Amino acid sequence: MLNKYPMWKNLMVIFIIVIGAFYASPNLSGEDHAVQVAANRGAKVTVSVQARINELLAEKGIGVIRSELANEQVLVRIKNPEQQLQAKEVIAEALGEQFTVALNLAPATPEWLAALGGAPMKLGLDLRGGVHFLMEVDMGEAVRKMEDSKVSEFRSQLRLEKIRYSGVRITPRGIEIKFRNSDALEQAERFLKRKDPDMVFTDVSTDTQPLLLAKMNEVYLKKVKEDALAQNMTTIRSRVNQLGVAEPVVQRQGAERIIVELPGVQDTARAKEILGATASIELHMVDQNADIENALKGRVPATSILHKRRNGQPVVLKKKIILTGNHITDAQPSFDQNGRPEVSITLDSKGGNKFSAATKVNIGKPMATLFIEYKDSDKRNPDGTVKMKKTEEVISVATIQQQLGHRFVINGLNQPEAQELALLLRAGALIAPVTIVEERTIGPSLGAENIENGLQAMIWGMAIVLVFMLIYYRAFGVIANLALSFNLIMVVGVMSMIPGAVLTLPGIAGMVLTVGMAVDGNVLIYERIREELRAGRSVQQAIHEGYGNAFSTIADANITTFLTALILFSVGTGAIKGFAVTLMIGIATSMFTAIVGTRAIVNAIWGGKRVKKLSI
Amino acid sequence: MFQILAFKGTVNFLRHALPISVLSLFLVVGSVVSLATNGINWGLDFTGGTVVELEFDHAVDLKNLRADLDHESTSGAVIQNFGSTRDILIRLQVKQGVKSDDQVKLVMETAKKFDEGVIQKRVEFVGPQVGKELTEQGGLAVLVALICILVYVSFRFEWRLAAGSVAALGHDVIVTLGVFSVLQLEFDLTVLAGLLTVVGYSLNDTIVVYDRIRENFLKMRKADPAEVVNASITQTMSRTIITTFTTLITVIALFLKGGGMIHGFATALLMGILVGTYSSIYVASYLAIRLGISRDHMMPVEIEKEGADQESVMP
Repeated sequence: MLNKYPMWKNLMVIFIIVIGAFYASPNLSGEDHAVQVAANRGAKVTVSVQARINELLAEKGIGVIRSELANEQVLVRIKNPEQQLQAKEVIAEALGEQFTVALNLAPATPEWLAALGGAPMKLGLDLRGGVHFLMEVDMGEAVRKMEDSKVSEFRSQLRLEKIRYSGVRITPRGIEIKFRNSDALEQAERFLKRKDPDMVFTDVSTDTQPLLLAKMNEVYLKKVKEDALAQNMTTIRSRVNQLGVAEPVVQRQGAERIIVELPGVQDTARAKEILGATASIELHMVDQNADIENALKGRVPATSILHKRRNGQPVVLKKKIILTGNHITDAQPSFDQNGRPEVSITLDSKGGNKFSAATKVNIGKPMATLFIEYKDSDKRNPDGTVKMKKTEEVISVATIQQQLGHRFVINGLNQPEAQELALLLRAGALIAPVTIVEERTIGPSLGAENIENGLQAMIWGMAIVLVFMLIYYRAFGVIANLALSFNLIMVVGVMSMIPGAVLTLPGIAGMVLTVGMAVDGNVLIYERIREELRAGRSVQQAIHEGYGNAFSTIADANITTFLTALILFSVGTGAIKGFAVTLMIGIATSMFTAIVGTRAIVNAIWGGKRVKKLSI
Repeated sequence: MFQILAFKGTVNFLRHALPISVLSLFLVVGSVVSLATNGINWGLDFTGGTVVELEFDHAVDLKNLRADLDHESTSGAVIQNFGSTRDILIRLQVKQGVKSDDQVKLVMETAKKFDEGVIQKRVEFVGPQVGKELTEQGGLAVLVALICILVYVSFRFEWRLAAGSVAALGHDVIVTLGVFSVLQLEFDLTVLAGLLTVVGYSLNDTIVVYDRIRENFLKMRKADPAEVVNASITQTMSRTIITTFTTLITVIALFLKGGGMIHGFATALLMGILVGTYSSIYVASYLAIRLGISRDHMMPVEIEKEGADQESVMP
C-alpha cells in the first residue's frame, strides 16, 4: 500500500530530531558566574595551580560549583554572583603578576551534556557587547625591514667574494647595487643569482653607471608578508591575554588584516594602547671607529647610523642588525652576582645560531640594544591610512664577554628598566606596525536590548504564522507547525554544534526569516495535494503525488537561495556572516523537516488505511 | 477546505502583461534616474567614518545639539533620532588629521552638557579604505550572485527562462535600490544582506512558476505558450500568495520589533518581497514568452546544446 515509511526511516527522523533537540538544549540552562585564570607568557597553568586556587577559595569560604582546567586556563564557577568579585581579588593577589585573572560568564551546561559536546550558541559582539577591532599590518614596513637585511647580506657576500662594488642602497624600485665597471657587475650578477634564489636580479646599467637591481620575487615577497602577519598575530594574541579578557578572538582576515574581538571590554583606550603599542628590539654593534664629534656634524660612515641614548648621549651604531626581537622566546628580569639588575633572554634556535656566530667574532666589543616604537602620528597618508611616527632609542650598551648561545643577559640597566624591557620582550614584538582600520564598540545594555528585540520579532512572526497555518490547513497545518517548531529547534541545535557558528543580530533576523520562508515547502506540498484531490484522485494518491511533484520545485527553489547565502557568506564580514550561516542552516533543516519530517507524520496518521477525506 | 483565491478555470494573467511591463519599465527607469541624480545614502560601512549612538535620560532637541556640534573636527555630522526621542545617532565624517577618538570625545563632552546621565551605547569606526573595498566587494557580490543564478537556471531549465529570471532579479534589485535612493534611506551592510536575500527569495518564486510551466508544456499538448504560462501562474497563485504572506508577516515583525539596527535590513526585504512577487509573474514569465519559449525547448536538454545556448546569452 502507498504512503508507508519503513521503520528505519521513521527511526531516522526521530533520531535526527532528538539529536537536534539535544544539542539545542544547553541554550536553556543559562550562565554561571565564573573567574578565569590564564597564564602570561612564560608561566603555565597546571594542575597544581588549579589545586592552589581551589584551596584558596575554600579557605575564604567562597562557594564553588566546579573548577575546570582546559586550554591552559582554569575556569572556576562561583555559586553566588556576589562572591565572584571577591574570588577574583583573592586569586589575583595570591598568584601575582604571572597570571591574569578575569571575570567571566560561563554557560551552565550540565556536566554530562558538556561531556557529549553540548554547549550553547556563541553570541556575537552585537549581542553581548564588547569591542571589535580590525587591524592592518603595515606591509611596507615589513618589506623594508627585509630589504634592510638583504642590503647587509649583499655587502658582506660581495666583500667575501672580493667583488668590488661602490654602493648598495634601497630605492623605491628595489635594491640598487652600484659598480665601478661592468666586469664586476657581471661577476656579481652571476654569483648573487646562484647564491640568492629569493631575489630577481636585473642589469639596469646606464651609459655611465653599471647598476644591478635586486627585487624580491613574488613567492618570497608573499612569504615575507605571510610571516609578518603570522608573527604579528602571535604577538597580539599574547597581548590580548595580558588584558585578561574572557574568550577573546584573534583571527586573520585576508592578506594583511587581523580581527581582534574582546567581549565585555568597554575601556577601548586601554585596549588600544596595549594592542597597538608597536615596539621592538634590535641588537646592533657599536661602531667604535666612528668619531662622535664628526657624526654629530653629519659625517657618519655609510654603514653606520647615529642614535641617542635615553639620557641624550649620542652613540654611533652599525646599521647591520645582529638580532631582532622576534627571535626572543622568553625574557626575565634577574640579578647578577653583584646584585645588579639584568635581563636574561632566551632565543629560538635560528636566533641562537645567528647570535652565536655574531658574538664569536665580536668578543670584547660593545653591543647596543635599540628600542624602536611606532606611534600614530595623527596624520594620514593620501590614501587614508594612518601615518606612523617611528622613534628609536638606545636603551643599553654592554660589552660582549664571550661567545653567546641561545641564552644570554643584557645588563647595564637599572631595576625598573630591566622590568620593563623584560615585559616588553616577553609580550613579543610586532614585526611591522599595525593600525586600527575599523573599530566597533557595543555597550552591554545594547547587546541585551538587541537580543530582546530579536526574540520579540521572532515570537510575533512565529505566532502569526502558526495561527494562520492552523486555520488554513487544519490538521495538516498542525503538522506543518510541528515541522516549523522542530525546524527552529534544529537550527538552534546545529548552530550550537558547529564550532565556528556565531549568533548575531542579523543571525536572529535570519532565523525569523527562516520561519516565514520555511513554510513554503509545506505550502507547496499541501497546495499540490489539494489540487490532486480536486482533480479527483484518491486520498492516498493525492498525498503521494503531492509530495512527489513538489519535491523538485522545493529543491530547485532552495538550492538557489542557498547559493545566494553562500555568496553572502564569502563576501560578508562579522555579523553578516552570522546571517548567512543561519540562513544556510535554516534552508537545510527546513528542507528536512518540511519534506521528510511531515511525511513521516502524515504517513503514520493517514498512510496505509482507507481514508475518505483529508483535513487539509 | 477553503481557498484564499478560488479561480474558476485559468485566469488570463498575461492580458495585463503589456501595461504592467510598461509600468515596470517606468519603475526601473525612474530608479536609475534617481540613482544617477540622488545617488545612494551610503552608510558607515561603505563610506568610512564614525557612528555614535547615545541614550539620553530625557528627550534632547536635535537643533541645539546640532548647533553645539558644529565644531571644526565634527562639522558636517549627521544627527538624527534613532527609534525614540531619547536615542540619538550621530554620524561623523572622516576628517584629515583628526582622530576618530577625539571626535567621539568631543561628542561625549557636548552631550554631557545636555544631560549628565547620557550613555554611550555604541561606537563604530570604519576606515575609508575599508569602506571603499567593501563597496567594490558588495557590488561584486550582487553580480556574482546574478551570474551564478543565470548559470544554475540555464542548467536546470532553459536559457530563455534563465534570461527571464535574471531580468526579474535585476529588476528587483534596481527597483529596491531605487526606493532607497528616492527616500534617501541609509544603505549599510545589513541592507546589502537584505538585497541578496531578496535575490534568493524572488528567485524562489520564479522557479516555482517555471517548474509548473515546464510541467504544463509537457502536459498540455495543444495549448499555446501563453495559455501554458497563464495556467501555470493560476495554479501556483495561491501558494505564491500564502508564502508571500507568511514571509511578509515575519519581515513586518522584524521591521516593527527588531530594533533600529536591523531596520534597514527589514526595509530592504519588505520592498524586495513585494517587488519580487509580482516580477516573478510579470517580468520573468512574460520575458520568456517574448523570447519565444515553446514546447520544443522543454524537451529534456541535450548536453551539446548547452554550451551553444549559454554563449548566446553571455554578453
